[in-house]
Amino acid sequence: MAVTRQMRSPLGRALGLGSAKEGVEHWWRQRTTALLLVPLTLWFVIEVIALAGADRAAMVAWMRNPMSAVLMVLLIVATFYHAALGLQVVIEDYIHGEAAKLVTLGVMRLLCVLFVLRGVLAVLKLAFAG
Amino acid sequence: MISDPRPLSPHLQVYRWQLTSVLSILHRATGVALAIGAILFVSWLGAAADGPDSYATMQAFLGSWIGLVLLFGWSVALFYHLCNGIRHVMWDTGRGLDLKSVYASGWTMLAATAVLTLIAWVAGLSAWSH
Repeated sequence: MAVTRQMRSPLGRALGLGSAKEGVEHWWRQRTTALLLVPLTLWFVIEVIALAGADRAAMVAWMRNPMSAVLMVLLIVATFYHAALGLQVVIEDYIHGEAAKLVTLGVMRLLCVLFVLRGVLAVLKLAFAG
Repeated sequence: MISDPRPLSPHLQVYRWQLTSVLSILHRATGVALAIGAILFVSWLGAAADGPDSYATMQAFLGSWIGLVLLFGWSVALFYHLCNGIRHVMWDTGRGLDLKSVYASGWTMLAATAVLTLIAWVAGLSAWSH
């Protein structure tokens, strides 16, 4: 290899390139949301089973309970955060064109934000206005 | 898509099906299915918040045969992703990574998925019929 004089250090040239970006952060966020979702999901499944076939009044009464409303908001946020992290990896694996990948990632994240807002606003309306 | 003239290594179809690889791809498949299911979950909350008419429409849809098939698929995917997710977190701590343990936890996880799905539907259908 020819010796070339460069002002930048080898570390400076490598930083931000290759795999050394935000992988660890992504990994931790996926795991923490996963662990949070274990009890939240089990709580939701048990509550929803008790609600099977019940009328809207039972649903409203459930969301009027402050603890239920808080857990539901947490479930919505954690679900879509975890989904966005997982779908990001799927998109990065299967969509190879840089532009198509960025657009798909952006649309996916926007949709996740919209569904979180729809869900949280629904919970707040049920909790405060019935 | 970028067309790349480089030769490709032998792809998936040349390999024999194994429990390990099948469970791995199913984790991703159920994750994507659950992300789509989360839209149904938020739509259900939104319908409840919108009023009695939209909630009745949503409940009628969920109680129809296509709604029940979707709910059944959603519950299987949920319990699968939950049980296999716990398996992944166990691996993250460095435990159970030898081949024998991987197969044992794989079959255990499948059995747990079946049992949880069965319990949920027996409880759900009995609550529904009351």
